[in-house]
Amino acid sequence: MAKANASRTAISNDERLGNLRLRRKSAWAKLPIVKQLRVAVGWQKGMLVTGLVLCAFFLIVALFAPAIAPYGHAQIKDASGSFPAQAAPSAKHIWGTTAGGFDVFSRVVWGTRTAIIAIIVAVLLSIFAGVLLGLVSGYFGGWVDRVLVMIADAIYSFPSLLLAILMAIMISHGQSGLWSGILASGISITVVYIPQYFRTIRAEVIRIKESAYIESARVVGASTWRIMTKHLFKNSTRTLPVILTLNSSEAILTLAGLGFLGFGIEPTAAAEWGYDLNRSVSDVTAGIWWTAVFPGLAIVLVVLGITLVGESLNDLADPRLRARKSAGEVVGSIEDTSVDEKEGTSARNEVIAELDAAGNPIAAKPVATVTDYDEAFRASEWTGEGDTGNRGEE
Amino acid sequence: MTQQAQHTQHNAQQGDLANIKDLSVSFMTDAGSIKAVEDVNFTIPRKTVVGVVGESGSGKSVTARSIIKLLPETATTSGAIYLSNREDTGTLDVLSLSGEQLRTMRGSQAAMVFQEPNSVLNPVYTIGWQIEEGLRAHGMKDKKELRAKAIDILKKVGIPDAETRVDYYPHQFSGGQKQRIVIAMALVLNPGLILADEPTTALDVTVQAEILDLLRLARDEFGASVLIITHNMGVVADIADEVVVMYRGHVVEQGPVEQIFYKPQHEYTQRLLAAVPRIGQHLVVRDRKGDPIERKTDWHDEPLAVKARNLSITYPGHLMQPDFKAVDGIDFEIHRSEVLGLVGESGSGKSTTGRAIAGLQKVTGGSLNVLGVEMNGVKERDFKAKRADIGFVFQDPGSSFDPLMTIAENVAEPLLVHHKFGSVAEAKNYVGDLLEMVQLPRVYMDRYPHELSGGQRQRASLARGLALKPSLLIADEPTSALDVSVQAKVLELFKKLQAEIGFACLFITHDLAVVDMLADRIMVMHKGKIVEHDDADDIIERPQNPYTQKLLASLPLPDPVKQREHRARLRELLAAQQ
Repeated sequence: MAKANASRTAISNDERLGNLRLRRKSAWAKLPIVKQLRVAVGWQKGMLVTGLVLCAFFLIVALFAPAIAPYGHAQIKDASGSFPAQAAPSAKHIWGTTAGGFDVFSRVVWGTRTAIIAIIVAVLLSIFAGVLLGLVSGYFGGWVDRVLVMIADAIYSFPSLLLAILMAIMISHGQSGLWSGILASGISITVVYIPQYFRTIRAEVIRIKESAYIESARVVGASTWRIMTKHLFKNSTRTLPVILTLNSSEAILTLAGLGFLGFGIEPTAAAEWGYDLNRSVSDVTAGIWWTAVFPGLAIVLVVLGITLVGESLNDLADPRLRARKSAGEVVGSIEDTSVDEKEGTSARNEVIAELDAAGNPIAAKPVATVTDYDEAFRASEWTGEGDTGNRGEE
Repeated sequence: MTQQAQHTQHNAQQGDLANIKDLSVSFMTDAGSIKAVEDVNFTIPRKTVVGVVGESGSGKSVTARSIIKLLPETATTSGAIYLSNREDTGTLDVLSLSGEQLRTMRGSQAAMVFQEPNSVLNPVYTIGWQIEEGLRAHGMKDKKELRAKAIDILKKVGIPDAETRVDYYPHQFSGGQKQRIVIAMALVLNPGLILADEPTTALDVTVQAEILDLLRLARDEFGASVLIITHNMGVVADIADEVVVMYRGHVVEQGPVEQIFYKPQHEYTQRLLAAVPRIGQHLVVRDRKGDPIERKTDWHDEPLAVKARNLSITYPGHLMQPDFKAVDGIDFEIHRSEVLGLVGESGSGKSTTGRAIAGLQKVTGGSLNVLGVEMNGVKERDFKAKRADIGFVFQDPGSSFDPLMTIAENVAEPLLVHHKFGSVAEAKNYVGDLLEMVQLPRVYMDRYPHELSGGQRQRASLARGLALKPSLLIADEPTSALDVSVQAKVLELFKKLQAEIGFACLFITHDLAVVDMLADRIMVMHKGKIVEHDDADDIIERPQNPYTQKLLASLPLPDPVKQREHRARLRELLAAQQ
């Protein structure tokens, strides 16, 4: 049958299209970032790869901080005695030391850990609350929605850093150890970001709940819980990876801001870049550059890396913003969009049939009905009361 | 291409307005490059309406857009499109133009009319400003002259009271008037060629007739050629002088309209014409032996499935607006195993009625009894059990399935909700039977909705609607988003299943020809009221109500000669009704 319409569609001998479309993507290729990496081309790919490399670099540093850092985050002396204060970079302290006698390199390496943990805590906390509230608010509407939107708007209208400071003071009274400090920063960041997730999810839910498949679920009598968990949740959270990455970078900035203002984590509890920057303010005027440059650079690079990933995910998610290679010349085959079935099984459908037959034992028997009209199956058989014993209905 | 070469070409093509030569277009997509059209050749003579027909995806729009090089960046073209101006003094190869030349050519030599008038007009500018914009872009400066031209063209396209309404905003016009304004925007620069991409698809059939008259006016009085893209064979028969049939990116046939309709050469054209629904053609489905499949019982004797008395549905108005009565005191009933056709134009309240029966819309007045449950003031808890007995088929096959669930999961949803099966895996066998019943292969179960074509999805939708063996099925425009050949198949399947299973059915549609193929009785709705309600044959053959008469007369027949007489009858009817 494939040869019959070879002349017209130029598709018969060209199985590339069929294969291209039909190859079931592996689970690996479906992962959020891997998928985008495969479709990206040109400068968009460059952006994404740069971002991913930066993020991966900091993740590795955070993971192996104990192995990489020569000293502890609060270490001011070793076997050979106390570290010199404000020493210039040397073989012993490759990025120098601070006024308090900390090793800058070790502080920056340990600080990566703090930053990554803070991101994870902040994003996890805000995403759960935000998504849940967004789903409820968007689907039910009414007064619940109005009140939640009002609260979200009120939080929006506060300067986020001020709000974070307030929360930090409330939770930890200003200063604290590693976990309580991270939690304090994490929760304060959470408060600021819940409204963002809430808004995004709510907008998606309001759009989706009008669509025919939600109506169709309602028409068959599906419960609200089923509609929310089965249909709305999965369909409304597709844009989340993008916001998630963008918010992570903001979370780092907020954490650093808190540390810089003195509401972060005690230097003896954990290394934190914002705090180090704060301490180095006076050094800068004295010509001591190394205490400020390295933590500052770390903040810039982490934020840059995450933002690059986020922005390129955002562009790649939108087919209108996604760059594509130019074809250069008129090539390719005509896609089998025809719905005119009397034409017979087209090449693409044959490919489907072959693949299905190979992968699915049920189809291995000659079901030539890929698109054909199957007279053999009568609806009356199906509706017949007695003769369809094992159909399992009722 | 050099100036010299253009002139040589021009001499060869003297006479025709446009000549499309070996046009191929391919697009770069995520899945590699796809050819949309290949080696397309046809000509557009002067002062002629050329109709381009073909199913969706056959490359009609891409071809038309290539004529003014309005293609996305990812497109690559080859071949040539020679477009000469009105006066026949020069010819351009459009595909070799760029930048300023292209801008000058667009609008002044070829203008485009799009499908959806609502999204073409900018809501923040007056229509006068938008008409003048084209003139300004082509160098007219004088404000008074601009305004005079805008008013003049509005009068010509039949906007009453043009002097005042030139300062109105788009939202102050109806859909049909908006399309007139869009056509006015195209005509104001007096281009030689008007490209109309499905100009009437978004409009009601009575408005469609008016817009087609206007396009005829563009040919006869403005002397322009019109390239009209449509999938409606009735529209082609009504307006086109020449027809180009496209199929899978190729032109399979071109010729005068009579030749295409009466002596189609290519087998695709023949099939396309055979699939077009025609008034008075009763659909008979046959089994394998060729015997017609009939219903086992006479629906007249069956009990009522739905009974409405003085049914009203009101949408509350916002702020100062008054409430909107979508359905205004209607009476009807549907017997078991009967097909009731509900016909009306957009805004007539037909969908609202269907949704009320399915419990998707609150009933605000009167009584609506569905399978023994009174819907006025019903609680979801009391109705839930009855939902298993009601199926619903939605209009848009694109959005009626959850895109993240497989076809099996989607079709099995009603079964799971009503606890017929515990999980999708258990229901798999039964879902497979359902898919085979709607003539889809079992293996489609594991596909995702976007991997199916529109017609296949609509069949799967029918399978889901019938999964619980409902005694009442509501079909809300189930075929209006489908191509003609697919529509024919879905209708045939629908009729077959209805005859075999014998469910009661409310078939909502705007297309009288479709409803005539299926329905036992027809109910015509207009502005929330039922204007006529009778046996299908009586309504089609002897319509009593003036609105029904107008609706029937406006429906273009897929036959050029008959349509000419039909059009004359519409004119008489409209004259008589005024």
